[in-house]
Amino acid sequence: MTDTIFALATPPGRGAVAVIRLSGPGVDAALTALGVGLPETRVATLRTLRRDDLVLDQALILRFPGPASYTGEDVAELQLHGGRAVVDSVSRALLALGLRPAEPGEFTRRAFQNGRMDLAQAEAVADLVDAETAAQAGQALGQLGGALSRAYGGFRRDLLKALTLIEAEIDFPDEEVPDGLARTAGPLLDGLIMDLETALAGAARGERVREGYRIVLIGETNAGKSALFNALVAREAAIVTPIAGTTRDVLDAELVIGGYAVVLSDTAGLRVSDDPIEVEGVRRARARAEAADLRLWVTGPGDDGGDAAALVRPGDLRVQSKADLGGAMPVNEGMQIAVSTVTGEGLQALQVWIAERVSRDLSGADFPAVTRERHRLRLAEALQAVRSARRGLEAGPETAAEDLRRAASALARVTGAIDVEDVLGEVFASFCIGK
Amino acid sequence: MSPPMSQYDVIVIGGGHAGCEAAAASARTGARTVLLTQKLETIGEMSCNPAIGGLGKGHLVREIDAMDGLMGRMADRSGIQFRMLNRSKGAAVRGPRSQIDRRLYREAMQAELADTPNLTLKPGTAERLMLEGSRVVGVVTTAGEALRAGAVVLTTGTFLNGVIHKGEERTPAGRHGEAPSTGLAEDLREAGLALGRLKTGTPARLDGRTIGWDRLEMQAADANPVPFSFLNSRIDIPQIACGITHTTEATHRIIAENLGESAVYGGRLSGQGPRYCPSIEDKVVRFADKTSHQIFLEPEGLDDPTVYPNGISTSVSDRTQMAFLRTIPGLEAVEVIRFGYAIEYDYVDPRELTPGLEVKARPGLFLAGQINGTTGYEEAGAQGLIAGLNAARAAEGQASLVIGRDQGYIGVMIDDLVTRGVTEPYRMFTSRAEWRLSLRSDNADQRLTPVAEAAGLVGPERRRRFADKQARVRAALEAARSLSFTPREAGDLGISVNADGRRRSIRDLLAHPGVTLDQFHSVMPAIADWSEEVREQVEVDAAYAGYLDRQAADAAALKRDEALHLPADLDYGAIGGLSHEVREKLRRVRPVSLGQAGRIEGMTPGALTALLAHVRRAAA
Repeated sequence: MTDTIFALATPPGRGAVAVIRLSGPGVDAALTALGVGLPETRVATLRTLRRDDLVLDQALILRFPGPASYTGEDVAELQLHGGRAVVDSVSRALLALGLRPAEPGEFTRRAFQNGRMDLAQAEAVADLVDAETAAQAGQALGQLGGALSRAYGGFRRDLLKALTLIEAEIDFPDEEVPDGLARTAGPLLDGLIMDLETALAGAARGERVREGYRIVLIGETNAGKSALFNALVAREAAIVTPIAGTTRDVLDAELVIGGYAVVLSDTAGLRVSDDPIEVEGVRRARARAEAADLRLWVTGPGDDGGDAAALVRPGDLRVQSKADLGGAMPVNEGMQIAVSTVTGEGLQALQVWIAERVSRDLSGADFPAVTRERHRLRLAEALQAVRSARRGLEAGPETAAEDLRRAASALARVTGAIDVEDVLGEVFASFCIGK
Repeated sequence: MSPPMSQYDVIVIGGGHAGCEAAAASARTGARTVLLTQKLETIGEMSCNPAIGGLGKGHLVREIDAMDGLMGRMADRSGIQFRMLNRSKGAAVRGPRSQIDRRLYREAMQAELADTPNLTLKPGTAERLMLEGSRVVGVVTTAGEALRAGAVVLTTGTFLNGVIHKGEERTPAGRHGEAPSTGLAEDLREAGLALGRLKTGTPARLDGRTIGWDRLEMQAADANPVPFSFLNSRIDIPQIACGITHTTEATHRIIAENLGESAVYGGRLSGQGPRYCPSIEDKVVRFADKTSHQIFLEPEGLDDPTVYPNGISTSVSDRTQMAFLRTIPGLEAVEVIRFGYAIEYDYVDPRELTPGLEVKARPGLFLAGQINGTTGYEEAGAQGLIAGLNAARAAEGQASLVIGRDQGYIGVMIDDLVTRGVTEPYRMFTSRAEWRLSLRSDNADQRLTPVAEAAGLVGPERRRRFADKQARVRAALEAARSLSFTPREAGDLGISVNADGRRRSIRDLLAHPGVTLDQFHSVMPAIADWSEEVREQVEVDAAYAGYLDRQAADAAALKRDEALHLPADLDYGAIGGLSHEVREKLRRVRPVSLGQAGRIEGMTPGALTALLAHVRRAAA
């Protein structure tokens, strides 16, 4: 028998409302035991939650009886007042009633097992649960609506068509199949390679939307990185002192800029040092800078950028710090903004610039962003296989077919396999095979 | 009183291609075997197109041969137009095929069976199955004779409730001029087996002496015919050419005007025909924009004037057949020896069978060939071999032998049948084999002869020759993989590669375009002693190197899933998370493993997760 599970559906410790979700055969019994009774289904109903005559909270109750619920089982949502104390006391009451805290992803797994969603939907729901910003929620909802499935469906159609041409040539050499049929799959595969490349670019974007766009501050020691970091974070997250080499490790802050999650990192100043701790800090700073989506190259007055210059890439921004002190070095190329954390000069312009940049990089609406690393890996595997098929098409249709099968099976786990019967069906519909 | 002794270990009913292989395989294991067939003189008859092999089908013939079966050797004694299909393509998709002299094949088969130890050939018609409980323990013939045996193999072809359609005529018959079998169909129905109806067709047989050959394009045999059997190195039968002609718009007009005569379009025939072997009526209707279809004119023998016009099977009336035939170039004055017809027959839903081809509801009863919904001599022969072997094993109380999908086309076919059933006559294509690059016609012996040897199917001559070849192939493959060269050393051999300091084996270097084994003579003189077949194995191993390694990994994954056994009496109703539809499919097939369950059509990842969870729980 399935047990009844519950979990906090909102981020812990934040917000005005905390939602606890229940699923399983014991939901109605639990509601009754909490003094709620059985409110009308699918209607938000205000009730007082009690346990042993103790009032726990005033809550909005929503009931979704199975199977037409999110998990396919009986489901209820308790919308509580936010705050750890309330959530804790309601959780304790549910535990006492024999309910079990859900494992991570267990609601989704139950929904999946009860046939309430396909794999892509299940994965999107996991993302939705994690979504903390408006942009993340928007993307996850787009995926649920089937935009992702439609894109994958296009890949599947192209693969099926290419396999049809190749298999017809292989299996029916004595039939009325046009000569050189397999070769005619070439242009089709070229198009598919481009589509997969576009999708993969989108996949990287999707990852950023979910995990945060990565911005790293780099520069010489004492260039003013930490002061800028603090100004942007608008709180004292890093120790800011005028002693060179204060920030020895990487400091991260999560921000919301233009509706997108951004991870801003402050790094150690790049200089040669004998201090092993500082050396490690510099190594980490370099690694982080390499992996970032955007580098803000901070230079102070009279500072030529030094070692940091080597890490800068096209599209990065140079930030002249301590503008109040004057003495900025002239810059020959690229973008730059002068700021002062003392007077606030340029900070607004910098924030606007960053917001526009993040939005430009992440919104790319031409392809539904793929939000899971697994999807990205599968797209990459499919792309590699299709490229291999394209290269081998002239030399060996049978190895090209093998590559395309691998591509199809890499994508199959998302939107369904290409069966040999699908291919044969296309062959027999397209060509008169009848010896 | 002790029960009466079985007269035989195995009874095989039917003398077609499935029956011949079944009887011979059973007898090779040492089982006392009887082949019961209506007429001994039609054993080994080719009732349809007199050709053996092709893509996928040629692979099956090689596999039958690798297991010391008959078909390949018989075809080598009777083949009159050997051609290696896809000769210019890679080794995995080359298919040996030959036109066959019907009489020579039949005679070779009958002589071979007459010479087979432990095998009795017996004329007669099986009327009913003998049962003890649900177990089949013999058959009763129409002559009233009771034959007892440890196991029975049924290979009745199109004889189960067969009906021939031609024009308006409707004649109950198994094959042209032979009586259908209705008692056995009744037995299978009583066993509760799901039966379906399929149809197939055949064209008119033409008198070759009335064909204008000089006006036709001719297709010659290969200059160096490659035998089917691993035991043969050359073909001694004279080789002939086939003619090629085409239907015309006049042909299509006549057919279109008389479509109502056709069994299908006249609505008199309900059985499902194949998509890949349509009648000329189907072609005219479904591909209406094509003004011409190709026809191969295939002589049925060296001294037989009969010609099989491949590509125009039909079930219209004799009069219409004659009319449309004479609109075809070269056939303007043709005379017909026998007109074409469509035949409709019962088959048993193969999902009623275990992967060993035994009827689940009737232990001791094995089915092979068209009765399982397949078409083709090769498909029938391959099933016959497995059914005959497993019947002999069952008579000894041993479990069935099952060939994996990664081991052979035989395994692919049987797994497809028992897992997915059929909706049209099942024919083998290479695209059905996921392990196509590994399952080649050139290495069928390496894949299956050891398996057959372990099952007691292989005679001393093949055993000796295989062991010898295998030792030479292994040594050569090993040498090609181990002897390696720096880029500079490769350059000395005339092979230019990136100067990356990496050592490359002969196998690696052979994968470069234009590189041949002969370039390695100076560093490995032994190459000069390698036979053609050994060289071929080394070259193919190199050409498919990366793919073969990946396929080996996939095969390991398959074996893991096949090792997760599902009990035969599993209560699918007790497993949560299964939809009604999935539950029905599982009940229908009763898969023996999680691997097989995964191949059932429409199986969902969620359902497999639930099954896996259940199996894990049950095992814990």
